[in-house]
Amino acid sequence: MNAVAPFEGIGVRMRRKEDLRFLSGKGSYTDDLSRPNQTHCVFLRSPHAHAAIRSVDTRAAAAMPGVVRIFTGADYAADSLGGVPCGWLIHNKDGSPMNEPPHPVLAHGKVRYVGDAVAMVVAETCEQARDAAEKIVVDYDVLPAVAGINEALAASAPQLHEAAPRNICYDWHIGEKGPVDAAFAAAHKIVSLDLTNNRLIPNAMEPRAAIGEYDAHSGEYTLHTTSQNPHVIRLLMGAFVLNIPEHKLRIVAPDVGGGFGSKIFHYIEEAAVTWAAPKVGRPIKWTADRTEAFMTDAHGRDHISTAKLALDAQGKFLALHVQTKANMGAYLSTFATSVPTYLYATLLAGTYTTPAIYAEVTSVFTNTVPVDAYRGAGRPEATFLLERLVDVAARETGIDRVEIRRRNFIKPDQFPYQTPVALQYDSGDYFSTLDAALATADWAGFEARRKEAAGRGKLRGIGISTYLEACGIAPSAVAGALGARAGLYEVGAIRVHPTGSVTVLTGTHSHGQGHETTFAQLVADQLGVPFDKVDVVHGDTAKIPFGMGTYGSRSLPVGGSALVKAMDKIIAKAKRIAAHLLEADVADIEFDPRAGAFKVAGTDRSKSWGEIALTAYVPHNYPIDEIEPGLDETAFYDPKNFTFPGGCHIAEVEIDPDTGHVAMVNFTAVDDVGRVINPMIVEGQVQGGVAQGIGQALLEACVYDAQGQLLSGSMMDYTMPRADDLAPVSVATHTTLCTHNPLGVKGCGEVGAIGSPPAVINAVVDALRDHGVRHLDMPATPAKIWSIIHTRMGAE
Amino acid sequence: MYDFAYHKPASVADAVKLLAADPDAKAISGGHTLLPALKHRLNKPTSLVDLSGIAEMKGIKREGNAIIIGALTRHVDVANSDVVKAAIPALAYLASHIGDNQVRNRGTIGGSVSNNDPAADYPSAVLGLGATIHTSKRKIAADDFFLGMFTTAMEADEILVAVEFPIPEKAGYAKMKNPASRYVMAGAFIVKTAAGVRVAINGAGPCVFRQSAMEKALAGNWSAAAIAGIKQDADGLNSDIHGSAEYRAHLVGVMAKRALAAAG
Ligand SMILES: Cc1cc2nc3c(=O)[nH]c(=O)nc-3n(C[C@H](O)[C@H](O)[C@H](O)COP(=O)(O)OP(=O)(O)OC[C@H]3O[C@@H](n4cnc5c(N)ncnc54)[C@H](O)[C@@H]3O)c2cc1C
Repeated sequence: MNAVAPFEGIGVRMRRKEDLRFLSGKGSYTDDLSRPNQTHCVFLRSPHAHAAIRSVDTRAAAAMPGVVRIFTGADYAADSLGGVPCGWLIHNKDGSPMNEPPHPVLAHGKVRYVGDAVAMVVAETCEQARDAAEKIVVDYDVLPAVAGINEALAASAPQLHEAAPRNICYDWHIGEKGPVDAAFAAAHKIVSLDLTNNRLIPNAMEPRAAIGEYDAHSGEYTLHTTSQNPHVIRLLMGAFVLNIPEHKLRIVAPDVGGGFGSKIFHYIEEAAVTWAAPKVGRPIKWTADRTEAFMTDAHGRDHISTAKLALDAQGKFLALHVQTKANMGAYLSTFATSVPTYLYATLLAGTYTTPAIYAEVTSVFTNTVPVDAYRGAGRPEATFLLERLVDVAARETGIDRVEIRRRNFIKPDQFPYQTPVALQYDSGDYFSTLDAALATADWAGFEARRKEAAGRGKLRGIGISTYLEACGIAPSAVAGALGARAGLYEVGAIRVHPTGSVTVLTGTHSHGQGHETTFAQLVADQLGVPFDKVDVVHGDTAKIPFGMGTYGSRSLPVGGSALVKAMDKIIAKAKRIAAHLLEADVADIEFDPRAGAFKVAGTDRSKSWGEIALTAYVPHNYPIDEIEPGLDETAFYDPKNFTFPGGCHIAEVEIDPDTGHVAMVNFTAVDDVGRVINPMIVEGQVQGGVAQGIGQALLEACVYDAQGQLLSGSMMDYTMPRADDLAPVSVATHTTLCTHNPLGVKGCGEVGAIGSPPAVINAVVDALRDHGVRHLDMPATPAKIWSIIHTRMGAE
Repeated sequence: MYDFAYHKPASVADAVKLLAADPDAKAISGGHTLLPALKHRLNKPTSLVDLSGIAEMKGIKREGNAIIIGALTRHVDVANSDVVKAAIPALAYLASHIGDNQVRNRGTIGGSVSNNDPAADYPSAVLGLGATIHTSKRKIAADDFFLGMFTTAMEADEILVAVEFPIPEKAGYAKMKNPASRYVMAGAFIVKTAAGVRVAINGAGPCVFRQSAMEKALAGNWSAAAIAGIKQDADGLNSDIHGSAEYRAHLVGVMAKRALAAAG
């Protein structure tokens, strides 16, 4: 093969393969698909947050033009099938299992949030289904509702589920209380902080959609859906909801237009269209509109916490005690229960050597849409709490906020580092990411910029966050012991074709991350096959082996590792074929991926990929008694540990005291994401994450009123970040390698959203330092900032 | 969206006839307010009367000491008009800051003024400049036109044909945007003419209104100092998840100061 071809492997800024398709309108998303003879459906949704359903009268609706069939909760219940399951069992402090009330596919007897599906109308067109849905008469007995966490815990609160007394899902803890109490008793200083982590609405660009169909000839069901993990949907829906064996159930997730976590979960609409398809005898298609997306996509975050930090006289952290209450919404979404527990409290050591940590988490049902993983999932909540608390500690001890972080950092020679909250970090270098970020952000020169801004009447502030997160949740056995009801390995297959091109099959699934590029680059790097001759297949359970999908920044650390293992097998086999062709000993065959050639060590005798591949499939001159034909290998990879990206984010803001508006003026990110395969994709991922983090910090507020009505239910009232809300984001990486996966990669999909919110709020608090502000909760909207400044000025 | 009949008349007279014949018919211009409402099934007209083919409702011209803007003129055309920029730069500025590119390329002045959204931009200019509304029936002074939230003096079968803006000595506009919708949270359009000073406030209340204390103060002393001490009463102002009435009242003062600075 051509040895002078440009290098297309690890470290190159290859343009994203998939972008031409996406940018020229040639993507194929679920809603772009039409199945032969398909019908359309809409869901009639509850306008009440909490009500008993006295009756559902569909007679007038059924007579409307174009109506094919209407299904209600009673129809679903009559089939004695399952509800939508929860994928992670949490145990209470006393060892008993969490309360796990049923989550019916169509509400029956009761509705529990605005948007709960009461009926499904199937019609020839979507508009006809809508017309008919308006004619369904539901007799509701409206019940008192509760939307807030504290309100739901009140003794007099309306109760959502019989199976969840006091609206509690679980009361869980981690760490050891004894040592924490002892450390607090002996502490030089205790710093305490109450904070909330604001509830967010994901708003992927592509709304959810699903097409269910049934082939009466083969007895096979097919569901096309907007999913980040089609096999997980197949397992959950097939085994737990509809009793369809896996060999009769195919899930296809074609191009997926963003998810941020919200497309991990198994939603009721997927089950409903699949369940109803054989009854209707035609495919059934559903596409959410934006209003439904606001109202029914699982929301994110929503914590209320109290955190206490004990320090010694030198500012060393002695112990941390955290009490958190988390909102689960009305029902348990697929991974909801794991987010405020194992994805949150295990992160509370952060980058620091705090020797004793104890965290208690109470999860609560409310009359709101279910809450689940959203970009970062638990780690942004932990990071916000910790990085705010450290800033408050710095201020209250009089120690500089950078210095107090340095004093408490885990040092590079302390790895592997065992935290008191279960995790063992394998690698990291927090001093270097800190120093690099301070230099890039010109931290030292800030006071001059503050003065200059003051001259213009602006309050300028700078804030820092030195965060750590955990990606690629693993290993399966440990996750299982902690309650996970799924494996957390990944699968990869490398199919070398007879003429040398390669198809990659992966169980991960891109919803915007650029896997088609990153994985092709990986193959180009390891096998020396040109980038353009590598295609990635994902998202179809009929094509790929059982994989776990994309979430938690796992695709490269876990999925990429599986591909490396598969490629190792390919290379090993190819060497044996080469040895045969070159009449040499296998031990003497060397593979040079840059040249794409196998040669006999110390000679100029070699065979190219093309020759090896062709020989494997046209085994005329082949050691057929020793080696099977073909060059097609699959590997399953179960990681030994999480990976631990970390770094430093610095935000600089300017506040207009007249209006309260916070302008982002600068943002610096220096992240350690392990080995970088494609720097451009990493930068894009970090910038996107930072945009979401700035959104959470300054803009995004999901607001329910006391009756459980969603007040921020459209783009008119929910502030999505726009380009002019952001600042130039400087992205750099500083690499320490992951020690336990073959590539040394850590994951980069969520770092931006995890590290940035506390940096921004720390900057806002810094800007307001002359206004007596100790803490403020997100989002820092103009009205909120103005009222802080105004109240303060009024008091003076 | 519910089904509706569609008409595209070529004259104001024909359009009025269609509207008069059917009380549930609705006029449509740029559609950037009406179409979203239809898509959300918030509105159920039996027919839509598309005004976009009516030539007499188009164009911008200067007549004596006034600028006359046809109702169908899109925001982008007002923003880019040399005639407007020369005579009333504050109006071109306002138009150039409505919504985003897509909105400015579709939305019309007639649609915006007829709709009288409390958070819209144009009503402040119409009221501040003391414009005259030309309808299919009559001419209405701005002071008599805006009656309340989404309500104007026009009748159901009346069409807004043009807006006539007298050219002021000075004018300036400033607004604070709602962080989510980017419509107006509070805005001020301040105008100085030989006849006196007019200050129109939009966004803050249920309908655009004149701030008479500021008008009086500025008539005597055209300077920031004159209005520095004037507090807008929060009573009756809008309050929502983006800001209290008190916040909006405060913003009225800030935006007035900025509009005055812009007017020069
Ligand atoms: C995303 C978005 C952002 C926006 N942001 C802003 C903003 O920041 N500031 C702002 O001011 N506006 C904003 N708008 C509104 C935009 O300016 C609208 O286009 C405008 O308000 C209405 O003009 P139109 O031509 O689209 O009217 P249409 O939508 O066609 O009509 C609006 C209403 O007026 C009636 N109507 C239309 N023309 C006439 C006429 N000639 N005579 C009588 N009645 C008539 C219609 O029957 C209808 O009731 C925004 C719109 C969108 C979609």
